[in-house]
Amino acid sequence: MLIPHPILGLRDAQEFTYLGDASLLDRPDGMAEGASEAFHDYLYLRDNPAGEHRELWFHEQGDRSWLVVTRNTLTHEITKAELARDVALARRGVK
Amino acid sequence: MRYSAARVLWEGLTGHKGWTRAWRDPEPKPQYDIVIIGGGGHGLATAHYLASIYGQHRVAVLEKGWIGGGNVGRNTTIIRSNYLLDGNEPFYEFSLKLWEGLEQDLNYNAMVSQRSIINLIHTDAQRDAFRRRGNAMILHGAGAELLNAEQVRREVPFLNFDNARFPIKGALVQRRGGTVRHDAVAWGYARAANSRGVDIIQNCEVTGFRIENGKVLGVETTRGYIGAGKVGVAVAGNSSRVMAKAGMRLPIESHVLQAFVSEGLKPVIPGVITFGAGHFYVSQSDKGGLVFGGDIDGYNTYAQRGNLPVVEDVCEGGVALMPIIGRARLLRMWGGIMDMSMDGSPYIDKTHIDGLFFNGGWCYGGFKATPASGYAFAHLLATGKPHDTATAYRLDRFRRGGMIDEKGVGAQPNLH
Repeated sequence: MLIPHPILGLRDAQEFTYLGDASLLDRPDGMAEGASEAFHDYLYLRDNPAGEHRELWFHEQGDRSWLVVTRNTLTHEITKAELARDVALARRGVK
Repeated sequence: MRYSAARVLWEGLTGHKGWTRAWRDPEPKPQYDIVIIGGGGHGLATAHYLASIYGQHRVAVLEKGWIGGGNVGRNTTIIRSNYLLDGNEPFYEFSLKLWEGLEQDLNYNAMVSQRSIINLIHTDAQRDAFRRRGNAMILHGAGAELLNAEQVRREVPFLNFDNARFPIKGALVQRRGGTVRHDAVAWGYARAANSRGVDIIQNCEVTGFRIENGKVLGVETTRGYIGAGKVGVAVAGNSSRVMAKAGMRLPIESHVLQAFVSEGLKPVIPGVITFGAGHFYVSQSDKGGLVFGGDIDGYNTYAQRGNLPVVEDVCEGGVALMPIIGRARLLRMWGGIMDMSMDGSPYIDKTHIDGLFFNGGWCYGGFKATPASGYAFAHLLATGKPHDTATAYRLDRFRRGGMIDEKGVGAQPNLH
């Protein structure tokens, strides 16, 4: 698989390590009500979809950036790669 | 029909006209006591033990494709019970004991071959860990031997003992480990379950559950609605997809594990050899092909094929360990989809939905567990209580801190 790195262009997936579902960006608030249940779901439960999957890849053998890659788990086709930082900031509403 | 040597002889003399179908092809009935989703090894074994041990005969196995067409036909056929942790070892040892009596139980030649499994040791730390694991195995009656390098050399002299990175310093051996003809496991369980009245319904995909007031009433399928007192799901690889139809999210990711078979060679490898440090394990089939594999690819996927970097990694490991296979040609390679769980151990448990039971999360170790998984799942379905050897395989164990993490790598499925 080749990952279209937003800064470096097409890079071999072997340069990356894989973490998992991009929802891992949304770490629960540890001080909130029901935090232990929220952390259980965050850490252990997965949607694990067959089809489009947004997931975190770390460019360990490259520029050491985290990417959110959109990939089809049925075909391995990669349709999008974004810097995880941009995705995380956008989710928190930071411009 | 009972199979026997006399039967083979008789059929041989009378033109093989007396053989009958090994199992029926029934239409689904409107209602069963127990419906098993998934006609793989685990589902069929569950049906067999439900009928033979727990006296349940109104049982159906629903399979979306054909019997033996899923992971039970895509694995590398190894059986062993060399685990460390208390949650696992009694279960896998129970499984190995069931393997040892399987062919008599099923009246089917599954080619159970206890040709031993050798786990190689390369460092002092690894020897310590394997010694500890061997002791755990001995405590649970599984048997284990620790060999030094000289003893390993006597058994498998063709290995490269002086690899610069991973020189072979010894091995942990389980003599009772070995291989089994995987397809025959599916066929044998299907035939045995069928003979006790279990309906095996192929080409019947479950499309949804009918759940009312927190109780499951039956399943919607491509062949119509089928009512059920209880529903057991054993669809490892696709567990998340099926359980999502019941509104559940699971502690599972689906990953691909690739396997390989070389051209047929003369007998060279006496048992199963695992080279954990180099991500390679190998055995030789009765046809002579080297059956080998390595690590999972490491990313979520439902495609039953992997990518080339892992092929290269596995083959490098193989040639580093056994330079003699460098000229062997690869005949086939394929991928199977694994339920990778959050601690590397499986689940056999009831769900929060009354009457709905779940069996899955087998990672890449489901084949060896087939008999015990079926037995324990049948026990749970019939009695509502977990089998003595499977009490740790609860879905809520992460909430309670009850992880069964053999490798100790935490909630990172692609590292187990």
